[in-house]
Amino acid sequence: MSPVDPAASAPGPGVPVLEAEALGQRYNGRDVLRQVSFSLRPGESLGVIGESGAGKSTLARLLMALERPASGVVRWAGEDVQALSATQRRLRRTQVQMVFQDPYSSLDPRWRVGRSVMEPLQLLRMSPQARQERLSAVLAAVQLEPDAALRFPHQFSGGQRQRLAIARALVTRPALIVADEPLSALDVSVQAQILSLLRDLQRREGISLVLISHDLPAVEVLCDQALVLRDGQVVEQGSAATVLGDPRHPYTQSLLAALA
Amino acid sequence: MTDEVRPAPALRAGPQASSTALLRVRGLQVWLPAPRGAWLQALHGVDLDLDRGESLALVGESGSGKTMTALALMGLLPQGARMSGQIELDGQPLQTLDDTAWCALRGRRMAMVFQEPLTALNPLQPILAQVMEPIQVHRLAPDRTATRARAMELLEQVGLESRMAAAYPHQLSGGQRQRALIATALAAAPDLLIADEPTTALDARLRVQMLALLQSLVADRGMGLLLISHDLALTARRVQRLAVLYGGRLMEQGPAAELLERPRHPYTQALWAARPRLGAGRDQPLHPLPGSVPALGQTGAGCPFAPRCPLAQPRCGEQPPAWDGGLACWEVGP
Amino acid sequence: MSRLRLAAGLVITGLMLAVALLSLVWTPFPPDAIDMTQRLAGPGSTHWLGCDHLGRDTLSRLMVGARSAWLVGLVAVGLGLIGGTALGLLAAATRGAVETVILRASDLGFAFPALLLAIVLAAALGPGMLIAIAAIGLHAIPSFARLVNGSAKSWWARDFVQASRAAGQSRWAITLTHILPQLMPLLIVQGTTQFALAILAEAGLSYLGLGTQPPQASWGRLLAEAQTLMFEAPQLAMAPGIAITVAVLGLNLLGDGLRDWLDPKEQAR
Repeated sequence: MSPVDPAASAPGPGVPVLEAEALGQRYNGRDVLRQVSFSLRPGESLGVIGESGAGKSTLARLLMALERPASGVVRWAGEDVQALSATQRRLRRTQVQMVFQDPYSSLDPRWRVGRSVMEPLQLLRMSPQARQERLSAVLAAVQLEPDAALRFPHQFSGGQRQRLAIARALVTRPALIVADEPLSALDVSVQAQILSLLRDLQRREGISLVLISHDLPAVEVLCDQALVLRDGQVVEQGSAATVLGDPRHPYTQSLLAALA
Repeated sequence: MTDEVRPAPALRAGPQASSTALLRVRGLQVWLPAPRGAWLQALHGVDLDLDRGESLALVGESGSGKTMTALALMGLLPQGARMSGQIELDGQPLQTLDDTAWCALRGRRMAMVFQEPLTALNPLQPILAQVMEPIQVHRLAPDRTATRARAMELLEQVGLESRMAAAYPHQLSGGQRQRALIATALAAAPDLLIADEPTTALDARLRVQMLALLQSLVADRGMGLLLISHDLALTARRVQRLAVLYGGRLMEQGPAAELLERPRHPYTQALWAARPRLGAGRDQPLHPLPGSVPALGQTGAGCPFAPRCPLAQPRCGEQPPAWDGGLACWEVGP
Repeated sequence: MSRLRLAAGLVITGLMLAVALLSLVWTPFPPDAIDMTQRLAGPGSTHWLGCDHLGRDTLSRLMVGARSAWLVGLVAVGLGLIGGTALGLLAAATRGAVETVILRASDLGFAFPALLLAIVLAAALGPGMLIAIAAIGLHAIPSFARLVNGSAKSWWARDFVQASRAAGQSRWAITLTHILPQLMPLLIVQGTTQFALAILAEAGLSYLGLGTQPPQASWGRLLAEAQTLMFEAPQLAMAPGIAITVAVLGLNLLGDGLRDWLDPKEQAR
């Protein structure tokens, strides 16, 4: 399998960077996700709101093709992910990256963090110097010093580890990042820093974001569209401004009321 | 101390009976042992006051020392930890109590609700039995029937249906488990309830319900509630008083409404400013606080917030500002 | 503290290995040399640990016994470790039918008593050190397989492994670069424990006459021979008994010490 040339995998204009069509999933005969559909244009971001057990993490795994859906289609840059061969799918992963919720388990404790951050680069044909430059570039983008690369995860705080996770997600210049509750495990003052960082990255790099979060103000700041999940079903969907500013479904209204 | 489990009347009205404060803490300091014989100072002199029927939220981020405060108040500091300062419950000093006296006190006069209900509840016992236990231990009901009845009543008060009484913790949802835990804490009718991050494991809507429940229970029974939390926004609207902790020192304290409207300390102000506001739109300016939270016990000389403070002057890094009962800051006057 | 354990373990195990190697070129007396004049001699200046009922030097025989212990232990446990780990990793990485087959086969293998296996093999192929190695090794494989499978599965569920999948790593790359390193502490401890057990098993099999055959000395044989003379010359049983105990202790200390030493939190200091 030959590594891929990054320029060759950029989608054409007008093609949605991510599409979900009637997506559904079952575990042990039970439906945990039903009829989830949305379409994201390049640069656009989606907020997935819901309480625990609503199916948000399942949706994240389906969008990342870490699981096969029971029904429906996931498309990356117009291509049906499950219709690709395993090899083709792996090559496309340079364009779709993920940030996890728990900064304490998303980095291999036995790897120096530089190696973890560079891991996605193994899909690309790059010289060792180019890889090092890319590593320095993403560390700088998340405001960490270059020598951080030599240390182990346990030597960093939760906020710093989350920055490292974001650096890893950026290293292949993806078109899309799926972030599963990236702020919840962090202190309040650190959350603000990461939120600000994510928004800067969106603006500078034009990355699309799928933000899974129960933190409604964060969704407002980062997302153009929003959908609300309850027990695996979408109860409200639309522009983030409308869903958060003028929700019609009582469930969404109750979520907002809890913030007041 | 005698073997008597029920506190004798003498314990209730201490020599300073004139003070109405349920809980009075002065100059609480805690040191934790570090490798190679060093010590880390986790708390640098915390003062707290709490009256009956009042709720106080102690707010702080990780490393602020808020959990250490709760543990110190309950006499549950880790092995090897050192403490100094005064803690008075209804005028009775607690810092000098021995183990027997502490056991008589815990559960009966003061109770604690922990953060993670799944680990705080015994997985092998149905919750009714767990609620009954403190009642039995402190001999507060004449016989088993009465104990059962009282426990069922408590479960009802926290909003759990009677059919849940026979359930095991793993059969309940997170919110139900937390309610069961609260019922257990209230079983012996304590005067002071300390809740350490009771809502972290819960969803947004449940959090609000849980805090409302705690508030109503406290008001009904004339108890005091000390709520430990890292979420300023959540607690500020649901307690009467707020104290903000950073790096083991109190930064600001006062009526919650005031800290909400007019926070004086730069750290409190920064915490408020750091949160995005719902309704302020996608492009609202964000004001993250630069720098990072110091690890527990690893603050330097001077005000622990100085490295990140927009108002910091040289003396802030040299000497910690004095606590005047409501504020500790060199740059902001009373 | 862990440095101390590691040092102690290394010293004891190293000593045992040195003695075993030394026995290849030199022993105080030829281990098989019979000298009836020295029958049941107690410890003394010529024979440091005395002699057995045939006048053979106990110390020399003990040294040769160390050799058997090492050989059987190394090969048998090596077999179990490599074979079992490979199967366990395969099962955890592929899941589904492959995993079921491997696990059920392991359960069967585990349930089959090692002793019975040794007896069957001995009956079929004649007793000897190879039988001991085969029986112990075959029994160690399912033990490692189940342990590795269980642990590997829990590592597969961790976020950083999911992140690696999301980064496009193949299952084999993930198994080798992420999962296997996490298993090192487990394998080391299990390996040294199994080694110690192998020494005990070999001693047992030799004691029963199924393992190392006379005149070759092994600690188990020495114990068997000493058994009938327990009251006349108790020191004959003490020597191999103490040797076995010390060997097992050394291995356990080594295992603990190595495991702690390999922890990245130690490396960063």
